[in-house]
Amino acid sequence: MSEMEAFVGEFVVESRENLDQLERDLIELESDPCSSGTLASIFRTVHTIKGAAGFMGLSRLQTLAHSGESVLSRLREGSLKIDPAIASQLLAMADCMRRMLSRVEHTGDEGETDVAAIVERLAGVQHSDASPAIAFADSRSDQGENMRAVQPTSNVRVNVEHLDKLMNLVGELVLARNEIVQFTAGERNAVLLGTSQRLNAITTQLQEGIMKTRMQPIDTVWSKLPRVVRDGAQCCGKRVRLEMEGQDTELDRTLLEAIQDPLTHVVRNSIDHGLEAPEDRIAAGKTAEGRLVLRACHEGGQVTIEVSDDGAGIDVAAIRRRAQERGLVSAKQARGMSDQEATNLIFLPGFSTVTTVTNMSGRGVGMDVVKTNIEQIGGKVSIHSQAGAGTTVRMRIPLTLAIMNALVVTDGDNRYAIPQINVLELVRLDADDAQHGIEMIGDVAVYRLRGALLPLVWLDTELTPGRPVRPAGRPGQLARDSAADIVVLQADDLTFGLIVGEVNDVQEIVVKPLGRHVRGISIFAGATITGNGRIVLILDVPGLAVQANVLSEVRDTRALPSNQALDPSAEATESLLLLAGPDESRMAIPLSQITRLEEFSRSSVERVGGREAVQYVGDVLPLADMAALLTGCRTPVPASRTGNAGTLHALIYAHEGRQVGIVVDEILDTVKENICHLRPTTRHGVTGSVVVDGRVTDVLNLDTLCATLMSASASDGPIGAEV
Amino acid sequence: MAEQRQYASCVVGDLLVGIRVEEVQEVTSGAELTPVPLAPPLVSGLLNLRGHIVTAIDLRRSLQAGDRPPDARPVNLILRADDGGVSLLVDQVGDVVEVDNDDFAAPPPTLRGRLRELIAGAYKLDGKLLLVLDTEALLACSTGQLS
Repeated sequence: MSEMEAFVGEFVVESRENLDQLERDLIELESDPCSSGTLASIFRTVHTIKGAAGFMGLSRLQTLAHSGESVLSRLREGSLKIDPAIASQLLAMADCMRRMLSRVEHTGDEGETDVAAIVERLAGVQHSDASPAIAFADSRSDQGENMRAVQPTSNVRVNVEHLDKLMNLVGELVLARNEIVQFTAGERNAVLLGTSQRLNAITTQLQEGIMKTRMQPIDTVWSKLPRVVRDGAQCCGKRVRLEMEGQDTELDRTLLEAIQDPLTHVVRNSIDHGLEAPEDRIAAGKTAEGRLVLRACHEGGQVTIEVSDDGAGIDVAAIRRRAQERGLVSAKQARGMSDQEATNLIFLPGFSTVTTVTNMSGRGVGMDVVKTNIEQIGGKVSIHSQAGAGTTVRMRIPLTLAIMNALVVTDGDNRYAIPQINVLELVRLDADDAQHGIEMIGDVAVYRLRGALLPLVWLDTELTPGRPVRPAGRPGQLARDSAADIVVLQADDLTFGLIVGEVNDVQEIVVKPLGRHVRGISIFAGATITGNGRIVLILDVPGLAVQANVLSEVRDTRALPSNQALDPSAEATESLLLLAGPDESRMAIPLSQITRLEEFSRSSVERVGGREAVQYVGDVLPLADMAALLTGCRTPVPASRTGNAGTLHALIYAHEGRQVGIVVDEILDTVKENICHLRPTTRHGVTGSVVVDGRVTDVLNLDTLCATLMSASASDGPIGAEV
Repeated sequence: MAEQRQYASCVVGDLLVGIRVEEVQEVTSGAELTPVPLAPPLVSGLLNLRGHIVTAIDLRRSLQAGDRPPDARPVNLILRADDGGVSLLVDQVGDVVEVDNDDFAAPPPTLRGRLRELIAGAYKLDGKLLLVLDTEALLACSTGQLS
């Protein structure tokens, strides 16, 4: 890296931090317009950016900062008073600056970004009338300027890559330590034993220490939320007061990045659907201003994050109605549900309304996506609501992903690790029980676990290439084995039993990624090295469930009257997003595979490293063309693929923390279809076809379609929003 | 003066294969391979190289040089790859060979199939041909389901 590049990099990082501070300050200033300290801080920030931009020859950025500065100096003189309109323009200026910074980061120049419009509007607000104020606050503003004065200075900026490297080294050290400790356990030499014990203790401390350096306060994610709340409230005509508790709660940086989107979604939901309009609140005897509280704390080795509002709560009757309308539950099921169970229906894929999906307000496709995202990082989401009093969404997530507890099992000569978070219980059947307890429905084996039918999967079958269809006589074969060990696993909402050769023990393992040649195998999540130096593959339980087809097995067994305890999410129907395909064909994608729908203007598409990308929620989102994905070649998004006014329709697909925008021709509708009875097909990325509205429609599988793209972007470097 | 290059030579079945020394990180033998079920056929397994997990690719199968006798003890030739973890399983590792560019010949047009994709050419040594392995092509093709 040349000196200039390093300088530019530093400028971009610092300016981004300055802009974060600017946003917080602006929102604080709105709630406390008289705070001269806050205003001074904003002024300083803009001035710093202006100076640096001028020094680096970024004239457009400089012009933009200058016009912001003139508004700020009038505010400082007192000849202008902050109001939402002015704040909005200053925030728009910050957004524009961010866009320019990304451009500078990638290309080294500021590009042709048009700043004239914003400059003009900034000049305009200096003469506008004040509009009704919307109050914002977070609990920090109560402490006022004192907080600002004592910002810690004894910090060192460390490259994240170095930290990751250190973390890896400590992982190695832990493994070496395990080997030594195992080796010396049988020794009688007191000095050796003592040294080994000391090594053990020091390694543990070092590991904890390094983990701590990777921790960041949750505030780094939360600090973006005041802006979301402000914009959301203004948009819906609501008044919202945002409070935060436990901003200092720390968690691993990879997790912080992973919770950002789900958290933003939940906050938007609260403003959109939870909190009432001011007049409704007054009518209900509440304050006009709604209260949104974010709480975070450590609890038993996990982090709990809560988003609570004091809004109307969830209308359980409406949920029951809608779930029925959308075919997620039967009328009988809906009546038989407790209120809490009914509330949980909002986590089902396909619960959100068609309008939410098609108006593409930039919101996600529903709470099911929040749930999936949180579960992907080993967390759990729950929701509690009281009619008239408000709603609380609670997320519990682990502190780190790099080290986890795993159950080690044996199949044949090899051992496999199963993440403990997926293991519900272990059931051991002796020879007699195994013979009688395992029953067959067609060619599917089930076990009655406390009244519910547990679909069974054999690990050895799943690990065999070409997987022969399990012979119907399997339970008979079982009799040969003296006993059966069933590991009861949970993946998403599915529970299934995995029959393993032998259950060994629970170990703390360090997760290592697999090389690119074996990364594509969906049933493995990674590998680890055990105390004796052996490599053990880590099973990916959701991937295993998909491969073993547990999904459809559960659906089949649901038809049986004996089985009513299963989760309603295993309904046979699934929500599909209907798309126009090439040559007037139609395609459909299960909504559960899509994170969001977005529109981008054609002009916002940039070329980065030979690929097309757009800026999206502060990151670079690579774009892929649906037609190219289907044909398997990588072509640029053709200019012809534009809807009205040069907009691109994109499906946001996320996999393992990476996102990609898939550009499609046209989004038609969402439908509910029974996709159990797909007509099979061998085409790449197509699960099967189904008839929708009398037309044959291919059901696509984004996971397979994007598999190569995702692994390609992993090795390509700069592209891809990496977590 | 003709330009000189150095190749690490190794034996794969009947073939003498050369890999540029710059691409070779190290050679180990006797490492235990952990099989990976459902892996692409060219992947023989994973090995633990001082705490790093390395994917072993069978060069015999890649070059369609026939199956290795069951009692053979293959050698791991670890590549200096960016993502740090690929090893080529070969029968035997030979000397580092210094070759002249003048001795280079493109693969004959009659060479077909996998060899054609993976062999960049050959150096005419005394009494033997040193086949130059295109490691990039090998790494790219071995991710697929070729058998």
